[in-house]
Amino acid sequence: MIRINVTSVWVDDQSKALAFYTEKLGFVVKNDIPLGTHRWLTVVGAGEPDGVELLLEPDEHPASKAAKKAFVEDGVPFTSFAVDDVTVAHKDLVAKGVRFTQPPTNMGPVTTAVLDDTCGNLIQLASMN
Amino acid sequence: MGDVFKALADSTRRTILDELAEKDGQSLFEICTRLVMRHNSTLTRQAISQHLAVLEDADLVRSERQGRTKIHHLNTEPLRSIAERWPS
Repeated sequence: MIRINVTSVWVDDQSKALAFYTEKLGFVVKNDIPLGTHRWLTVVGAGEPDGVELLLEPDEHPASKAAKKAFVEDGVPFTSFAVDDVTVAHKDLVAKGVRFTQPPTNMGPVTTAVLDDTCGNLIQLASMN
Repeated sequence: MGDVFKALADSTRRTILDELAEKDGQSLFEICTRLVMRHNSTLTRQAISQHLAVLEDADLVRSERQGRTKIHHLNTEPLRSIAERWPS
């Protein structure tokens, strides 16, 4: 049976991404393996060491840079993460200096917010109402 | 400048203005999401983008950059002028 082991987000700088995703968003490093000029660098949710890994993948291909720019301009999140309560998470992250392009908004069954990951992506946070 | 009445003639465009009136300052993504989640819209992002362009042309919506993201704001000025004279 196929299952999701790792998924990735394109980042402009792996070290900067590692700092943001661990210090601001609270993820924990799972793998950090040198791989040529870059690293196989993955994080997991705190308290979920065996959960799906998020690969902080260099956005070296010109197409990925162009796609990211277009997504950010229109406010489109690259991916979405779950939190227990978006309103609480938003307050905590704003206090840590994280910039949001969309504050918590009730979308019916779900409340969402969108933040800037400082690595060229917007990330959506979601919690079910 | 585009025709304010023509811009207001379309119900989707009026809904977009309603959503901006409720919460001013939204990205295209948020406007699209609101139309889908709250108004059951089946319009594509491109279609909504075109509606926004019509509203901007009529100066009912103004946009600015926040970081690298384009944020849309409601401008009710053209509507106020109706009280005095037909908007051009």
